[in-house]
Amino acid sequence: MENLRQNLEEDALLFAPIRKTGKGFYITLSILIAVILWAVFAYLNQYHRGLGITGLARPIFWGVYITNFVFFIGISHAGTLISAILRLARAEWRRSITRSAEVITVLVLFFGVGNILIDLGRPDRALFIIEHAQFRSPLLWDVSSISIYLAASSIYLYLPLIPDIALLRDHSGKWRWFYRIFALAWKGTEHQHHLLEKGISFMAILVIPVAVSVHTVVSFVFAMTIQPMWHTAIFGPYFVTGAIFSGIAALIVAMNVIRKVYHLEDYLRPVHFNNLGILLLVMTLLWFYFTFAEYITVFYGGEPTQMVIFWAKLTGRFAPYFWAMFLFCFVIPLPILSLRRTRTPLGTLIASVSVIMGMWLERFVIVVPTLTNPRLPNEAVLYFPTWVEWSILAGSLSFFILLYAVFTKVFPIVSIWEVREGKEKMVAEVQERIRTYLPGIGGE
Amino acid sequence: MVIDLDKCSACQACVVACHAENNVPIIGPEEAAKGRTIHWIELIPYFEGEYPHIRARLLPRPCMHCDNPPCTKVCPVFATYINEEGLVGQIYPRCIGCRYCTTACPYTVKYFNWYGPEWPKEMKGSLNRDVSIRTKGVVEKCSFCSHRLLRAKEKARAEGRDLLPEDYIPACVQACPSNAMYFGDLNDPFSTVSMLSREKRAFRLLEELGTEPKVIYLAEGM
Repeated sequence: MENLRQNLEEDALLFAPIRKTGKGFYITLSILIAVILWAVFAYLNQYHRGLGITGLARPIFWGVYITNFVFFIGISHAGTLISAILRLARAEWRRSITRSAEVITVLVLFFGVGNILIDLGRPDRALFIIEHAQFRSPLLWDVSSISIYLAASSIYLYLPLIPDIALLRDHSGKWRWFYRIFALAWKGTEHQHHLLEKGISFMAILVIPVAVSVHTVVSFVFAMTIQPMWHTAIFGPYFVTGAIFSGIAALIVAMNVIRKVYHLEDYLRPVHFNNLGILLLVMTLLWFYFTFAEYITVFYGGEPTQMVIFWAKLTGRFAPYFWAMFLFCFVIPLPILSLRRTRTPLGTLIASVSVIMGMWLERFVIVVPTLTNPRLPNEAVLYFPTWVEWSILAGSLSFFILLYAVFTKVFPIVSIWEVREGKEKMVAEVQERIRTYLPGIGGE
Repeated sequence: MVIDLDKCSACQACVVACHAENNVPIIGPEEAAKGRTIHWIELIPYFEGEYPHIRARLLPRPCMHCDNPPCTKVCPVFATYINEEGLVGQIYPRCIGCRYCTTACPYTVKYFNWYGPEWPKEMKGSLNRDVSIRTKGVVEKCSFCSHRLLRAKEKARAEGRDLLPEDYIPACVQACPSNAMYFGDLNDPFSTVSMLSREKRAFRLLEELGTEPKVIYLAEGM
């Protein structure tokens, strides 16, 4: 009992956001809600009058909404995938960051799907996708794999939450009934722990192929058509890479914010940012590799229909977007992440914000130029998103941040039991593990 | 369908006839400038050669009604499909307006209703009762006037005879003043269209994509 009380004192910082809520939180909340309401107003306008109030036209049938869809689904790859890989690799530094990553996945998926629904001309018929499903359409593959992904990553978020919910049930005081339901009679026995570990490992293995499949089929929406610069086999791995790239960046931003706001400097240490920074650096280089491979192939082949789009991106109408993407995705993050000195929380934050903006632009540069230059001659139509589309982008982002903030007020954003387990058991276990890696120090 | 470009004078009678026949909404100059006009058949300009040996041409472009349509594959709800006649159909009450088919079509023949349909007051009385009016938010395109096929079939059945080739032609073919457009059964080796399609001048748009369009053009000046 004494031991438990001491433990609670020790991690009091992790309970603090749930126990008390300051003025700052409510101010942030009101700002976010204001932006969301504005976006709702914009959408109602669009629903009422038609998609004509967006900047879309023939032949640019897809724009910001589809960009948002790909972008948000991409962000979702942060959480579950990173957390699962780190868990399976038994990287001990993961313990204080997995939760904040997994929450991103589950919450941001809704905005990916949401933007597709907003893009529909007849949202009232959205359920036709299930009622009259046509499985040759890549959109149906998306529906299937995103549903599975949402379910799997929700379970994967929930399982490691159970012991923490039980802690809240026993010690928090407020909303006992709520925590009691979700704690599922967790008592922390050896047997329960064993089952939980098993469940988490199983889900960790399961979510990895699902996550890869999700962004692969998102790319298939484009790659399965025969449109120039969409119809390419590189899109699957390219999109997955880009997704993980933007996902890690989103995670670093989220960690920076909760670290500052909830004073978690002790839990989210520079080493975490350093390690994630290295991961982000790897993804920066991979992203460059894929982008290079994609464009050099098109350029060398020199097929006229593709070259029109190629030059539109590199020197033409879309050059500002293209080079801004290159700047944000590569030129800015590369030096920051390469140097140990700048791989600090602040340094990685700057690199991450840049990557997030760059990856949004990347999706825009994939979607719009191809549609602007169809194979048959067409009236020159320029696509500029209108206030409606920008409002809905702002609203989606705000709504995501709002849900994330509310989550931190209901559940601990750093996994309490996993951090404890790390402190109590893992030091000895890791020592033991190292013995088995090396010869001559007592391992078998 | 066969379109003889040697005979086509680019008068756009086909475009006008199609608008009237198929209740295509009139969207106004402002929205038209933004690229929101709907034309089931459209004259697309293209240039041949380089300056100074340049020639500007116009090509009437209805839906190609491909045998291997890229648009029907991607529709998530069977709203666009190829029927037993070989026509690529569009079911407006089923369409969810995702615009996947519009982006997948290499000929960009599909159009989206960005707003609810509108006509000047004077025109409202003369809408074609055989063609349903599309709501805002759905995709539409050339149907080869399939409502005329329905009519013709009914008439033939009522008269107790088989459908004859001359029973059914689309409005654009009917309206063409220089007889540049032909319509008929490509599967019948003795039909005019079938014979023309085997002419030396015959070509199809973007044939190399493997879409197998059923609109055949006869090249100019050969």
